[in-house]
Amino acid sequence: MNIQKERHSAPRVSDNQTAASMMTPDVEDVLEIWKHRPDALIEILHAVQIRYGWLDRPLLGRLADELKLPPSLVYGVASFYHAFRLEPRGQQTCTVCTGTSCHLQGGSRLLHELEKHFKIHSGTTTADGTLALKKIRCLGACGMAPLVRIEGNNGRASFHADMHPEQIIKLLQDVMQGAPPAGTTLLPVDIYGAVHSRIVLENCSNQDPEELSRARAAGAYATLARAVQEMTPEDVCRQITASGLRGRGGAGYPTGTKWQMVREGRGKHKYVVANGDEGDPGAFMDRTLMECDPHRVLEGMAIAGYAVGAASGFVYVRSEYPLAAQRLREAIAQAETAGVLGRHLSGTGFSFNVRVRIGAGAFVCGEETALMASIMGRRGQPVIRPPYPPQKGLWGHATLINNVETFANIVAIIGRGSEQFRSLGTAGNSGTKVFSISGDVARVGVVEVPLGTTMRELLTLAGGVTGGGFKAAQTGGASGGCIPASHIDLPIDYESLRGIGTIMGSGGLVVLNDQRCMVDVARFFMQFCCDESCGKCTPCRAGTQQALRILDRICAGRGIETELLQLEELCHLMQETSLCGLGMAAPTPVLSTLRWYRTEYLAHIRAGSCPTGVCNQGGES
Amino acid sequence: MKRIQLTINGQAVTGLAGQTLLQVAQQHQITIPTLCNFAGLSPLGACRVCIVEVAGYPRPLPACATAAEQGMVVNTESERLLNARRMIVELLLAERNHTCPVCVMDGGCELQALAKLLAIDHVRYGFIAPQLTVDISQARFGIDHNRCILCRRCVRVCDEVEGAHTWDVSARGASSRIISDLAEPWGDSATCTGCGKCVQICPTGALFEQGAEKTRKGSLGLERLLEWRGRRNR
Repeated sequence: MNIQKERHSAPRVSDNQTAASMMTPDVEDVLEIWKHRPDALIEILHAVQIRYGWLDRPLLGRLADELKLPPSLVYGVASFYHAFRLEPRGQQTCTVCTGTSCHLQGGSRLLHELEKHFKIHSGTTTADGTLALKKIRCLGACGMAPLVRIEGNNGRASFHADMHPEQIIKLLQDVMQGAPPAGTTLLPVDIYGAVHSRIVLENCSNQDPEELSRARAAGAYATLARAVQEMTPEDVCRQITASGLRGRGGAGYPTGTKWQMVREGRGKHKYVVANGDEGDPGAFMDRTLMECDPHRVLEGMAIAGYAVGAASGFVYVRSEYPLAAQRLREAIAQAETAGVLGRHLSGTGFSFNVRVRIGAGAFVCGEETALMASIMGRRGQPVIRPPYPPQKGLWGHATLINNVETFANIVAIIGRGSEQFRSLGTAGNSGTKVFSISGDVARVGVVEVPLGTTMRELLTLAGGVTGGGFKAAQTGGASGGCIPASHIDLPIDYESLRGIGTIMGSGGLVVLNDQRCMVDVARFFMQFCCDESCGKCTPCRAGTQQALRILDRICAGRGIETELLQLEELCHLMQETSLCGLGMAAPTPVLSTLRWYRTEYLAHIRAGSCPTGVCNQGGES
Repeated sequence: MKRIQLTINGQAVTGLAGQTLLQVAQQHQITIPTLCNFAGLSPLGACRVCIVEVAGYPRPLPACATAAEQGMVVNTESERLLNARRMIVELLLAERNHTCPVCVMDGGCELQALAKLLAIDHVRYGFIAPQLTVDISQARFGIDHNRCILCRRCVRVCDEVEGAHTWDVSARGASSRIISDLAEPWGDSATCTGCGKCVQICPTGALFEQGAEKTRKGSLGLERLLEWRGRRNR
């Protein structure tokens, strides 16, 4: 061990450059806050990075020593997550959002222009250290597309919406000269749609989320107290099953069945996890929910904890949503102080503690086994199921994982009964679904509608299509396909979407007008999956690379027809043999666009160019 | 231990509860090709070469990580599986540099043997093969990332058997690399015991012993190998 310590404290760069040797006491503080817990590695890395700006090797070596973890494991974790910087950051960091909406509105082209102008690749810093360029996969503010974030060394960020490349270049030059960037803060999300059909977003627009008393005036935590006092855990599970609620994360697994499995799971310790890792580009309904009504999620989790016999829970929030994490933390603190959450909540014998865990920029962590690995401070790599989390989850204990939106439905079901919940929606698809609508629509925002609503109705709510006629709506982000214009009157539910080769997904809807190129959209999502693949299984790691090469060639006008068959073959391989949901769903956008817009692919190949002109404008996403 | 009965390729076989499908098949001389799996290490299910069809499951399952259950009906040799395995091995061959004639493991490589077994005579995909590094800073051994298929056998044997956990994986997706300690040169590793288990367990020529006769050296010496790479760099 001694040899190891010497090695890690040995200065690698000159002494005054190594962060660890400069400010050693601060690392101690961070470790003290987290009690030297190795499972808090990701939180510790975040905290240390905030203090020092980046994570250098001596610092990582020290953390490995202190946490008694192998150095290679610590480095493996730090390099897996894109939120961690392993080289010094620039004095200014310019982050370009390349989520679906931003890509459509020219975000990728903008990034390309900036790369060209400053002569650096995204993910690197200029030689003089003044500017770092980064891309990010959706900041969840699709109404501001294309969105750019400029962040100074002091961590202060400003957002710049809808700007031309020249304007951003000018702005960056000014900022590098020392001028403060004007910019705006992230805009609050526009919530619309009929009020009577709101369950999840019931209290979203009219309350100050940072004030518990207002939330309680609207009824927060009353249902929890009543459930614990008047109902048995079996009753709660039975109510959920009777409501017909299905997982809102995308797969639509019956929530009641899952709860029952965890309830019957063996062991004294059980966990409840809320999945707030809304990674799909073009999705921001979970962000809206967590920011506007964190108490509703927490109450739902506590009711779940009572029903399945768990005393602690985690909310996993992606690191791109700092405000959501902050509001959840504040909400937990306030609720615990008021005695409605935590030990012996509301004077009952039931205790339930919730902690917030932050992601670090990895889409794959929305997959439940990867999410658990991340909570335990490891690389977010999925593992083979079975065993499923209800059998063997966090630290080997039975674990219930639901999406935050699923938890937000619980209060309504327990509070008003499963009958009333079932009155909304259709048979087999009861309740509502929150959609975030973005892309080519007049009103980008979040809307909650009963399941079974058609695309046409949603478009009407969103104020219609802009810039042309309706071509398609992309559902389910990178794991989904599209609803073509021919199915605009299809009632949207889990089965109907599966029937046309797409999925419900988490609820992101990106509307495309008839000026959009579907091959470009497919290529965009394949690039996304290629970047986000964890690299564990061959079909996903190597398959996405090959599929992307084929799509690149087609977009560049150099494709050949036999390659389309090869592309399809690759897609089927990924679907059938990938280890986790990311790999299985990665080809869905391609297969879906091939199904409805094969002629566009053929047009690219036969004419050697893009019919809409989108692909010819350059700009990698 | 409870005995269980199942059917593999139409043949009735018995196994013990808790065994994997691969273990049961191997006991009955039924060959299922594998790559990332190694007896004695925890199953990973990453390479997807050992996939088999199990009645009642829509998708193929990895035999190395699927528990055998009473009454399972398993097929290991369908056309669909052979096609999938072939594509997976081709994807691996195209991902990095697997030019056999100039590899230290030519003739002793598991990836090469697998390609032969699956009758792969050409690769349908474009060769990606990025120019990666060769690290020979360790006194006795070397690691050539161009030959690595990311099976993580070295990572597991170092952690689970040697208990050193020198190896891990850095970054993700296509950028994934096997690293020692803090992604430092292997020779600088403070945790490495120099036991060589990783070298012996590596299925390809990624981990090799410097100057070894034939076994891990093949037809080309290390010096000539480096020289060859140098030429390619230019």
